[in-house]
Amino acid sequence: MLQDKDRIFTNLYGQDDWRLPAARKRGDWENTAAIIAKGRDAVVAEMKASGLRGRGGAGFPTGLKWSFMPKKSDGRPHYLVINGDESEPGTCKDREVMRHEPHKLIESAMIASFAMGAHASYIYIRGEFCREAERLQAAIDEAYEAGLLGKNAAGSGWDFDFRIHRGAGAYICGEETALLESLEGKKGQPRMKPPFPAGAGLYGCPTTVNNVESIAVTSTIMRRGAAWFSGLGRPNNAGTKLMAISGHVNTPCVFEEELGVPLKEIIEKHGGGVRGGWDNLLAVIPGGCSVPVLPKSICETVLMDYDSLRAERSGLGTACMIVMDKSTDIIEAIARFSKFFKHESCGQCTPCREGTGWMMRMMNRMVQGTAEIEEIDLLEQVTKQVEGHTICALGDAAAWPIQGLIRHFRPEMEARIRQYKAAHGGTGLVQVPAGGVPVAAE
Amino acid sequence: MNTTWAPAEQPESFAFDDESEAEIVNVLKKYPEERKASAVMPLLYIAQRQMGRVTGSAWIPLVAMDDIARRLEMAPIRVYEVASFYTMFNTKPIGRYHLQVCTTTPCWLRGSDVVTEACRKATGIHHFGETSADGLFTLTEVECLGACANAPILQVDDDYYEDMDGPRTEALIADLRAGRKPEAGPAINRMCSAPEGGRKTLLETSVSSPDQK
Repeated sequence: MLQDKDRIFTNLYGQDDWRLPAARKRGDWENTAAIIAKGRDAVVAEMKASGLRGRGGAGFPTGLKWSFMPKKSDGRPHYLVINGDESEPGTCKDREVMRHEPHKLIESAMIASFAMGAHASYIYIRGEFCREAERLQAAIDEAYEAGLLGKNAAGSGWDFDFRIHRGAGAYICGEETALLESLEGKKGQPRMKPPFPAGAGLYGCPTTVNNVESIAVTSTIMRRGAAWFSGLGRPNNAGTKLMAISGHVNTPCVFEEELGVPLKEIIEKHGGGVRGGWDNLLAVIPGGCSVPVLPKSICETVLMDYDSLRAERSGLGTACMIVMDKSTDIIEAIARFSKFFKHESCGQCTPCREGTGWMMRMMNRMVQGTAEIEEIDLLEQVTKQVEGHTICALGDAAAWPIQGLIRHFRPEMEARIRQYKAAHGGTGLVQVPAGGVPVAAE
Repeated sequence: MNTTWAPAEQPESFAFDDESEAEIVNVLKKYPEERKASAVMPLLYIAQRQMGRVTGSAWIPLVAMDDIARRLEMAPIRVYEVASFYTMFNTKPIGRYHLQVCTTTPCWLRGSDVVTEACRKATGIHHFGETSADGLFTLTEVECLGACANAPILQVDDDYYEDMDGPRTEALIADLRAGRKPEAGPAINRMCSAPEGGRKTLLETSVSSPDQK
């Protein structure tokens, strides 16, 4: 487990002041010019060596992503766009960075922008985070006043401007090309790729879009070195990660932890244990609602990192877990996600626009039990017809929770249907088993 | 997206006031001169805030959208499109206080149904999307607010009230009704998103000047 000395976000809870003098005491903005002086290639190489993978959910190597930016400008400006549109149900980590570690984020944004030849960066903050945007703006103003932003930022010789753009309540704007559309003043509807943003992104210029956390760890990695960062976690799953626990635990919270720690230990330590004890656990959704649910049996042993969760056909996602105890109606819990995705589909591609509605309506019937057993297979088929057939990943994200439910909790779904038939009659009445209806499937 | 596009009774005219004009000047500086359209969302926010400030109902009339279209050299339909796509832009009048209950799974697991019920009881509103008879409250169901470790959340205008339950919700609404706006943030013994009862990590960090806000 991670020790305090290895934490990057030392003011995660706002127990210390967020303003510039206190941030400097914590080490932010300390000789930033020396990091810039190492040169663009050295920064990218260090980030590659650190093994940092994107913290927004997809887990793409961050240094590699930066290296896709053109080495020389063809006259078009380069942009770094930071994705602070944190809206994935269960996920609440970037909020803490923006409101409690704003200077770490601004300084890191400057280093990252330099590494990709960008003189300007925008951060796209979800509209509901109004106070967080105000806080970050106040920190930006401080930084300009102190000469840390603007011309010759922090005495580095690099000109750098940092600006906030607020969203207005659309989950889809967390998709990088939808975010760029929104930033350009349009509806947030994803673009076809290619061209990828590194070739033609914001205003048709080379752009890299990174999650808030992926950017915010940059300054610390540059100071403490790639070896330090990659020494934490497991091979291919390096470093520390902001995580959160919500749902049925005794003390829901946000925290920073090393990757590769057993999920059970994390729930016991940070979450204060499952409400009613470990044996009362039903299931965990490990990384935001779009990754498939894990039943208790898998939660016993699985490690919290990209590869371990992938091996269990789930994913690390944003590493913000939703814990559900045995009192949970798991079908209804997943059905609520179907409603979420139906609400958030941008309506551009037919499989997603229509499919999310189909899935939601079928899931609602599964909650009631007003379905036929065979329809569980039909529902799974519908998810397969949406998955992989849309411009962006929202269709996939809508399909996966349902697939996870069917994979691990099919007996519950069947029992619900039988229960309804037993109570209300109906065609193809199935006998309820003698021992009663199984309540929890593990 | 699912914003209701139901232009209500529209005012005849709309003009940005001095406070808004000052904000607009700052916003336009953020984007390249030839990319003015980027300012459409900030300007819609400014119009909505001004309506809230002046009339007590934060919404965006069509005439304001037309003005924004002129300023940003956009076709009016492009502004309408944006205003109707994003759920946080109100295209019809709302109550003085906008109560937004998150009912997505993490909040639901921790009792958002009770919070919704308390909102209904305290305001007399029956369904989501409605405004109370006295015009004070509009109740909206919102999707994940991104503060799940502090669930359930009730957002009032721009502030998050965290770790809510039935009685706290009713007390909050009673306060609002009396013209008081209590401090936002967690309602239980915790610092922001730290565990209830005290943090378990970062125990050795120095506290130079705690910022409770």
